[in-house]
Amino acid sequence: MSTFLQQLINGVSLGAIYSLIALGYTMVYGVLKLINFAHGDVYMVGAFMGYYLANGLGARGAQMLGAGADGFIARGLLGSGAMEPSLITALVVMLLAMAICAALGVVIERFAYRPVRKYSRLTALITAIGVSLLLENGGQVLFGADPKFFPELFTKQNFNIFGGASINSADIVVLIIALALMVALQLIVYRSKTGRAMRAVSFNLQSAKLMGINTDRIIMFTFALGSALAAAAGVLVAIRIPRIDPLMGILVGLKAFVAAVLGGIGNIPGAMLGGLLIGITETMVVGYLSPTYKDAVAFAILILILLFRPSGLLGAVAQEKV
Amino acid sequence: MKRILISVGLITTFLFSFACQPTGGGDKVRIGVFMSLTGSTANFGISSVNGIKMAAEEVNTAGGINGKQIELLVEDDRSDASEAATIVTKFVTQDQVHAVLGEVASSRSIAAAPIAQNAKIPMLTPSSTNPEVTRKGDFIFRSCFIDPVQGAAIGQFAAKSLNAKRAAIMVDRKNDYSTGLANNITETFTQMGGQMVATTSYQEGDQDFNAQLTSIKGANPEVIFVPGYYNDVGLIAKQARDRGITVPLLGGDGWDSAQLYAIGGKALNGSFFSNHYSPYDTDPKVQKFVNDYKARYNTVPDALAATAYDAAHIMFDAIKRANSLDGQAIRNALAATNAFPGVTGTVTFNENRDAVKPIIMIEIKDGGTYAVRERVEVEGAAAPTTATASPATEASPATGASPATGASPAAASSSPAATSSPAATRSPATAVSPAKPAATATP
Repeated sequence: MSTFLQQLINGVSLGAIYSLIALGYTMVYGVLKLINFAHGDVYMVGAFMGYYLANGLGARGAQMLGAGADGFIARGLLGSGAMEPSLITALVVMLLAMAICAALGVVIERFAYRPVRKYSRLTALITAIGVSLLLENGGQVLFGADPKFFPELFTKQNFNIFGGASINSADIVVLIIALALMVALQLIVYRSKTGRAMRAVSFNLQSAKLMGINTDRIIMFTFALGSALAAAAGVLVAIRIPRIDPLMGILVGLKAFVAAVLGGIGNIPGAMLGGLLIGITETMVVGYLSPTYKDAVAFAILILILLFRPSGLLGAVAQEKV
Repeated sequence: MKRILISVGLITTFLFSFACQPTGGGDKVRIGVFMSLTGSTANFGISSVNGIKMAAEEVNTAGGINGKQIELLVEDDRSDASEAATIVTKFVTQDQVHAVLGEVASSRSIAAAPIAQNAKIPMLTPSSTNPEVTRKGDFIFRSCFIDPVQGAAIGQFAAKSLNAKRAAIMVDRKNDYSTGLANNITETFTQMGGQMVATTSYQEGDQDFNAQLTSIKGANPEVIFVPGYYNDVGLIAKQARDRGITVPLLGGDGWDSAQLYAIGGKALNGSFFSNHYSPYDTDPKVQKFVNDYKARYNTVPDALAATAYDAAHIMFDAIKRANSLDGQAIRNALAATNAFPGVTGTVTFNENRDAVKPIIMIEIKDGGTYAVRERVEVEGAAAPTTATASPATEASPATGASPATGASPAAASSSPAATSSPAATRSPATAVSPAKPAATATP
C-alpha cells in the first residue's frame, strides 16, 4: 500500500511538470490555433538561463562538489554579499529566466511566425518545427552539448507522510508554483482586458481587428506569456532534477503536448488535468508493468484520445463551420 | 555549356589530386582516433584523447617510431554510433590511416569495428568492455578487461566482501555496455548464493527514476547494482537517497568521471565501483603518469585517460616491433604483445585479443574522495598480479581537479571575491573541459 501511495506521489510530481509545460502549449493554441513545437525548446532555454543566472548569483554550486576547498570558497562568497541559497533566490532566478524567455518568445513570434501568419496553418506548423530545430542545435553550439548540472537553489527536504510514503520539498514547490501559475493564467485570460482581447483574437482575428484590437500586440503578448511559462517550468524541473542539456526539451515537450491534447487543447484546467494524468499513468506503468513502455504510454494515450474523444477530456466539442 | 564542362573537369581534377594526397606521404605514422568529444558521454572521449595525445607526444619527442613521427587524426563522433562508423570509414578510405584507436562506449566500437576489419586496419579500443567488440574480427583488439570479468568482479565483491544476499539491479536497457554487464553481474551474484529481488531498467537521458526506485525500495535489497554511466548514476543515487534508500550502489567503470560526484554528491558516499586503475596507486610508473598528466592538463587523470594512454603506447610498441606500416604486420605484432608494462597493469592479449589484467574496487567516501577497497582477482580470469597498490591510499580527486587549489589563473587576477564566484561554482565543468585546462596548464 505504501508503495502504491509513493508511486502516486511520484506520478503527481512528474505530472505537475508536464502540466506546467502543457499550459504554454494550450494557451498559444487557444489564441492562434498554432501548435508551437518550439515550446519544449523554449523550456530548455529557460532551464539554461536559470543555470547561468543561478551561477551568476553565486548559488551553492560549489558546495555540491563537496570538496573542502570549494566549500570554503563558497562560504567566503556567501559572506561577501552573494545571495544565500533559499526559496527567494530560486524565485528571483525563475522570474529573471521567465523575463528572458518572454523576450525570446516575442523575437520568435516576430521573425518566424508573423511573416507566415497570412499563409495556411500548415506553413506555421512547419515553421514551428524549424524554430524547434534551430533552438536545439543552436543550444548545442551556444551552451555546449554536454550535460550541465544545475546548482541547488534551496535545501531539499523529505517529509514523511502517513503510510510510510515521503514527499520532497522540491516536489511541493513545483506543485504549488504550477497551481499558482495556472490560477494566474486563468485570471489573465478571463478577468483582464488583455485577456478579453486574447479571447476575441482567438474567436476571430479579422473581427477583433475591426473592433480596434491591436492583434499583433495581443499575439505577441500571448507568445511572451507562453514562453515565460515554459521558462518557469524549465527552472522548476532543473531544481527538481539537476541535469540539463540542449536536447532535454524534445521528449518532455512532446509529452506535454499529449497532455494538452488529453485535457482538451486550448483549455487551461484541461492542460493541468492532462499533465497529471500522463504523469501518474507513466509512473504506474514503470512501477507495475515495465519501464520499457514508459515513453510509449503517452503516445498510446494520444492515439486513443484522438480516436475516441478528439476534443479532449475538458475540451468543448468543436463545431465544424460548414 | 563548354565553359561548364571545363570548370567541372577542373574541379574533378582538383578533387582527385586532393583525394590522392595522403597516399603519397610515407614519412609519418597516421593514427586515426575517434572519440566522443561532445554529447552525452563527452567526458569519456575528452579524457581518452588527452591520454592518447600525451602518449604520442612522448614517443614523438623521443624520436618517433623507428624514426617516423606519429600523426594523430582526432575526430569527434558526438556520442553517436552511426557517426562513429562514418568517421572510421573516412579514416580507412580518405585518410588511409595505419591504425585506429577508439571508442569508449561499446555500442560505438561495435558500430565501427566491422569497417576497420574489412579494410584490414588494426583497431584497438582502450575501454570498450562489451565482449562483442573484439568478436567483430581478428583486427580488433582491446587493452582493458571485458564485461564478463568486470561483472564477475562486481558480483563477487557484493556476494563475498559485502556479504549481500538480496540485490536489485537497474539497467540502461538501450546500452550494450549496461545490459552486458548486468547479465554478468546477475550470473555471478546468483551463482554465489545471492538473489535478485528486483530487476528494472531506464534509458540514458531519463530524468525521473522515482517510479523504479519506489519498486526497488519495496523489494528491500541489501545492495543495488547500477551498471550505467556517470551522468545517470549521479541522478539515480540522489533520487534513491531522497526516497529513503540507504543501501550502497554498485557499478562499473562507467561511473568513473569527475562529474559523478558533482551531480550525485553525498548521495554516493559508501557506494562502490570497479575500475581499471586508481590515480592514488603508489607504483612509481603510475605516479609519473599522474604527475605528467597533471602538469599538462591541470587535472587528475581518470581511468579513461589512463587506459587510452596505455592503448596508445601498446599500439606504438606494436608498430615499432612490426617495423612496417602494413596493416597485417601491425596486427600480428599487436597480437604478440606480451606483459606490456602499462599504468593500468601488465597487459597481455589472450586468444580473443582481449587484455587480461586485475580489477580494483573503489569506494566513494565523503567529499568525493576515492579509496581502493579491494583488488579483485576473478576466478578463471588468470589475471597477472601487480601487488603495488596499498588499499589504504586515499585522496580527493575533486580537490585535485578543482581550480580552487590555486592553479586557476582566473582566481589570481583582480578581486578574488568577484572572479572566484564562477570559478568555484563551475569547477565540475572546468575539470572536464578540454580547452581550459589545456590552455592554462602550468608551463
